[in-house]
Amino acid sequence: MTDAPLQLKNLRKNYGALNVTDDVSLDVAAGELHAIIGPNGAGKTTLIHQISGLARPDSGRIVFHGQDVTGLPMHQRARLGLVRSFQITSILPRFSALENVALAVQAHAGSSFRFFGDAAAEPALNDAAMALLARFGLAARAATPAGLMSHGEKRQLELAIALAAKPKLLLLDEPLAGTSHDESGQIIATLRQLRRELPIVLIEHDMDAVFALADRVSVLVYGRIIASGPPQSVRDNAEVRAAYLGEEAA
Amino acid sequence: MTGPAVNTRLERVAGIAAPARPKTYLLPLALFALFALVPFVAAFGPRTFILALLTRIMILGIAAMSLDLLIGYGAMISFGHAAFVGIGAYSVAILASHGISDLVIQLPVALAVSCLFALFTGAISLRTRGVYFIMITLAFGQMLFFLATSLAAYGGDDGLTLASRSLVFGTALLKNDMTLYYVVFGLMGGTYVLLRAIVASRFGRVLRGISENPIRMQAIGFAPYRYQLTAYVIAGMIAAVAGCLLANQSEFVSPAYATWQRSGDLIFIIVLGGLGTLHGAIIGAAAFSLLAEILSGFTEHWAMIFGPVLILVVLFARGGISGLLRRQP
Amino acid sequence: MTLTLALVQILNGLQFGLILFLIAAGLTLVFGVMDFINLAHGVQYMVGAYLAAAFTAITGSFVAGLALALPAALAFGLLLELLVFRHLYDRSHLDQVLATFGVIIFLNQAVKFAFGAAPLSVPIPDALSGTIEITDGMLYPVYRLVIIAVGLAVGLALYLIVNRTKLGMLVRAGASNAAMVSALGVNIRFLFTIVFGVGAMLAGFAGAMVAPILSVEPGMGDNVLILAFVVIVIGGIGSIRGAFIAALLIGLVDTLGRFMAPTLLKLLLDPATASQTGRAMAPMLIYILMAAVLFFRPSGLFPSKS
Repeated sequence: MTDAPLQLKNLRKNYGALNVTDDVSLDVAAGELHAIIGPNGAGKTTLIHQISGLARPDSGRIVFHGQDVTGLPMHQRARLGLVRSFQITSILPRFSALENVALAVQAHAGSSFRFFGDAAAEPALNDAAMALLARFGLAARAATPAGLMSHGEKRQLELAIALAAKPKLLLLDEPLAGTSHDESGQIIATLRQLRRELPIVLIEHDMDAVFALADRVSVLVYGRIIASGPPQSVRDNAEVRAAYLGEEAA
Repeated sequence: MTGPAVNTRLERVAGIAAPARPKTYLLPLALFALFALVPFVAAFGPRTFILALLTRIMILGIAAMSLDLLIGYGAMISFGHAAFVGIGAYSVAILASHGISDLVIQLPVALAVSCLFALFTGAISLRTRGVYFIMITLAFGQMLFFLATSLAAYGGDDGLTLASRSLVFGTALLKNDMTLYYVVFGLMGGTYVLLRAIVASRFGRVLRGISENPIRMQAIGFAPYRYQLTAYVIAGMIAAVAGCLLANQSEFVSPAYATWQRSGDLIFIIVLGGLGTLHGAIIGAAAFSLLAEILSGFTEHWAMIFGPVLILVVLFARGGISGLLRRQP
Repeated sequence: MTLTLALVQILNGLQFGLILFLIAAGLTLVFGVMDFINLAHGVQYMVGAYLAAAFTAITGSFVAGLALALPAALAFGLLLELLVFRHLYDRSHLDQVLATFGVIIFLNQAVKFAFGAAPLSVPIPDALSGTIEITDGMLYPVYRLVIIAVGLAVGLALYLIVNRTKLGMLVRAGASNAAMVSALGVNIRFLFTIVFGVGAMLAGFAGAMVAPILSVEPGMGDNVLILAFVVIVIGGIGSIRGAFIAALLIGLVDTLGRFMAPTLLKLLLDPATASQTGRAMAPMLIYILMAAVLFFRPSGLFPSKS
């Protein structure tokens, strides 16, 4: 698909002799939720790092909405709408939940080179941020310093921040990691809504979530994609079962 | 943990995030009131000496506040900030020695030179991280120091005495110690208000965000470099203003104003007073100067007490004096 | 500018660079392995010089003075570590910078208190006090050649230890990732102490070695400290090889720069201005060099952490 929002072309990355990303090519279609699964150490997070701009591939190209972003720094990709969340929660602990989201709104709401005026009191930013917090059930925690929130709440906040950054495509790195059953249920429900709105690349270990949400699944093992297709076909793939799902399905 | 202990910890963690309550303005208000009133109380003592000491404290406070923007709000540990004070001081002295003694010209020149120096050194330094940043700012400060010592025409190592204080719009406004005091007081107040506004603004919020989690900020679309460089230039220019005032207060400039030891003093001052509070910089300047005055009265080897005090403050007095005051019920 | 004169300056530059290397080696390892910024490393150098001066005066022999100064410098370093530095390993760089700054303030005054503010002089031992004829008509002080020889020997020894022994491997691993080394079961505290102790001793040794040719005075460590930091920043933190190359580079640039700048500028400006500008620019050369290196390589030439 030449008009797919995100195209990965022959990405390679080595750390010394270790092939972390081994000739990965992938397309993410519009309106698709594309899950990437694989055993620990398969290189999933490194792949997200390369797509988002935190790491540079040794070779290969990343094309986002027709534009080659392989050489662009992370903040520029974010401005283009390529937004990610982090596997290890990355928030601003001393800022309130509201301000964490408001900052992301601010990034896409005009210039931040304004030296006067109380940013924390800007109604437009706060309203937009509050709406997002409400969507994730965090409205009551708006004034709480983010560092004091529970782990599950922080994972929700990660997503709220990502959404506030006006994404055209979301890269989600294990959003359910460490969440309780209820919390993950909420996040899955939200993702279900979101996948109608924009394409999502989802890394997850929670197989129930993956098979409930994904339109397509790619399996990454030792940096190489060994299978890619609709969830059922991946589930039935013998090689995948052997390499990964084998232990799960048992 | 219940009751007061929780609130205090929340307060300390929340810091910037907590909504401003009336209580948080009490300390800076009291501080400024104190500085406003002291000259009248000083009539009962060695007035000239007290005025001079307090004026120097306020000048130090201005320089320290500008560094607090960098370290306390921006996590950019600059060990060469005294260089900007030197630039301000020498702008006044050099121009004065050529007959240009009006602040109306000296101040803009100081601002322009410090802006350029900050742009040049900041652009290079901010490409580095962590200890590299500390060291390169230290080195750039040293570079300026050596430049000052080499200016034989302007005193070199020995420094330069000013014929008189700067004129202001042609008037000898600053000649009177009292007037100078209140001019400096006004500028200190202005600096405080300016920096408070900057810190609370969109720009300030981004800067604070970058200091806490630069990767997160990049992930939402902010390029840290340009915000940090802007803060670095603003801080440098404010410190240059302090330098202009210092030259006027002491009617003397010397390369010693720009040594890395003076930069270290500035860092100590803001940590002592309370990092990331702005008024802490003023409190720290007062505590530092008064401590030095008192100790040097006892012994010429007062540095042997000062050094360990510094070490103890670092090891045990988290949050500095402001932190201690905040814990009062 | 004759060839002889240039050769003398090159040797001076080498000697200066090697002294810088001895100081920077300890600094870069301590920072690389322990992530500890030690501004007080310069006073370690100063204390080494003062100890050498004191023991030489007591024993009447420089060699004896040097031999006594080394363990004393080591003991002093370990004492500082115990009293102050140990409490700073887990603290932020800002705290480390400030606390070690406090140590400098204290010790600079303390030596003034103990020995007075006037510089001490240490006589060069008779056997080494002459000059030697290197080439036709060029005489060079024997003692400086000794410093060069000793500096190279120590450099070689350090290289061999760091690159060919198990301890050295642990140090290199620690400089790359201390947490990992600890997780592998190595007694990281013990490693820290060794690294710190060796670093302190090298700095003290450097101070003791230069005592006869420089003035031993309070604050002598301050400028050297800054240069040492410039060395490790250019060379790359945690890298002995980087420290060696950067130290020689800086030693040569500084010495030759001071020597040649006025001369070169005389080609462009009148003699008086050239001389003055040259003297002004010379100390700045090193910082310009550092700025240039960091511009292209923000982590130095041979960083041990990628």
